[in-house]
Amino acid sequence: MTGAALRLAFVLAFAASPVLAEEIGDAERGASLFSQQCKACHQIGEGAVNRVGPQLNGVFGRRAGSTADFTYSKSMARMGADGLTWTLETLGAYIENPKALVSGTRMSYRGMKDPEDRAAVMAFLRDWSDKPRDIPEAEPTALKTDPDLSPEILAIKGDPDYGEYLASECQTCHQADGSDQGIPSVTGWPPEDFVVAMHAYKQKLRPHPVMQMMAGRLNEEAIAALAAYFATLE
Amino acid sequence: MKLNRRLFLGTGIAASALLTAPTVWGQAKPKVVVIGGGAGGATAARYLAKDSDGALEVTLVEANPIYTTCFFSNLYLGGFREFESLQHGYDKLAGGGVTVINDMATAVDRAAKTVTLASGAVLPYDRLVLSPGIDFKDGSVAGWSADTHAEIMPHAYKAGPQTQLLKKMVEEMPEGGTFAMVAPPNPYRCPPGPYERISMVAHVLKERNPTAKILVLDPKDKYSKQALFEEGWQKHYDGMVDWIGPDFGGNAVEVRPDTMEVVIDGEVQKVDVCNVIPGQMAGKIAALAGVTDDSGWAPVDPASMKSKADENVWVLGDSSAQGDMPKSGFSANSQAKVAAMTIRGELTGSKTFPAKYSNTCWSLIAPEDGVKVGASYEPTPEKIASVESFISNTGEDAALRKATFEESLGWYAGITADMFG
Repeated sequence: MTGAALRLAFVLAFAASPVLAEEIGDAERGASLFSQQCKACHQIGEGAVNRVGPQLNGVFGRRAGSTADFTYSKSMARMGADGLTWTLETLGAYIENPKALVSGTRMSYRGMKDPEDRAAVMAFLRDWSDKPRDIPEAEPTALKTDPDLSPEILAIKGDPDYGEYLASECQTCHQADGSDQGIPSVTGWPPEDFVVAMHAYKQKLRPHPVMQMMAGRLNEEAIAALAAYFATLE
Repeated sequence: MKLNRRLFLGTGIAASALLTAPTVWGQAKPKVVVIGGGAGGATAARYLAKDSDGALEVTLVEANPIYTTCFFSNLYLGGFREFESLQHGYDKLAGGGVTVINDMATAVDRAAKTVTLASGAVLPYDRLVLSPGIDFKDGSVAGWSADTHAEIMPHAYKAGPQTQLLKKMVEEMPEGGTFAMVAPPNPYRCPPGPYERISMVAHVLKERNPTAKILVLDPKDKYSKQALFEEGWQKHYDGMVDWIGPDFGGNAVEVRPDTMEVVIDGEVQKVDVCNVIPGQMAGKIAALAGVTDDSGWAPVDPASMKSKADENVWVLGDSSAQGDMPKSGFSANSQAKVAAMTIRGELTGSKTFPAKYSNTCWSLIAPEDGVKVGASYEPTPEKIASVESFISNTGEDAALRKATFEESLGWYAGITADMFG
């Protein structure tokens, strides 16, 4: 048996044991769905940190809007203050249709309609809530959407004045206060994620025609300037 | 502030805004007057005030205390929006340091650098921004004049009571009746607008009056998003819409409001509702200010949106003749940001950057069937020139069309927040 096969056997044996994860859904499929639909914004697993979205280790049982050092939408913060806690039921509802549960959320995600898919993702998430060390890294099954950027590009310090002017073009659609009423928020993103996303549009790795066009004519300095500016907005 | 106080005492307009304006800067502050509170003017006023941080005295002159957006007014016609959702006040702009005066500008004296209002008040300026939208060319449609016939054959091309009137007429149309549109010649506000309107009228009639017919009388041989609209009309409203281009008399149309007839190349046709969208030109104050040319539009410098006739005057949006950008709310909003940046640079010495422009126009064809077209632009010595463009494809799946429609809702929320604060 190869190492990978052994590990797989271990996972299968583990999944077959009578723990809650097995009852929720297919965690392995959940890992794959997570890679495809969640990973661009959310990290999970060892060393996970907040990016565009909060890190998701230990999400079950957590009060909504409570991850340290993450800037939430006002709506999410309010829901947390009002008592929303992530359980199978509440997280399932949120993943099914984020805006139905938290109308002003910044999470730009259309929702996962298939109950089995949701169960699979939650099984995967729950594994990382209880016993993260027992679960192997998710396989990188998603299509490549992030460009390879040199450290020099990522290190460019943006001019916030230039960023403010350039950002006025973005704000015809993307609201400065981060409200998302059909067009995603770009407010408060970590600059590095912003730079990676814009280069991904520029290189047409990400598929939106408006964004490809907008990013297409921004040079590295302009992208850095925008990243610097949007990171400062609250 | 002496001027403002006198203005207030003389007219009683916008009293609270003027009285609460900070006085410490006195008359040293450069003055910018913006005429027209739509996508160009409101955006310019907001960005001038916001980005200059009190260093400029920004006054916005707009006749309507409540602004009704022309963009998305077709969705109201189709029953997808409430009328009130198109309406926006200026209170946040006023709170953001813009002095808002609800009055009509009646004259511009470019030598004296003053604007006269209908109330008689006179506003001096250091820089003037004209963003008055469109006016209609009388005589462009034989038999029709905006002054005498708009209540019988509405244009509904400046949003407001005209839009409500047209909606009522469509809904009350007799069973199996005929809706006619006289489409405008180029150039005009919102190139896909007339055809999105046809889609929305067709949607209403399909629900309420499915044997009704729609006639589009068009002087143009092609129009914006044509393949997308034609595909959509066939798919959703098969057989209902009859488009008559110039080859079949669409360019030789007379209307008879008294008898509710249209005459197409000599052939008389009885109609039940007639939407006349006439030929257009810059908003009247641009002509009164003497910044328009023979075309009826106001030529501008592509790098700044400054009038070619006067270095202290900017012209934005529909009224400007700039090159490749369509006359749209998105374009006006984009141009306003370049204008605000260049004006601030001149008056306060703030940093300026190369002009960039962009536009996207979304249209709704049927419920959750949205399409879009857009381009990016940059100035050349001759004009604002298109750099790159995109358009929705025919045959797109329903999920993508729904996503495009939802994106348009996000855009409406975004641009109105960007205009009005």
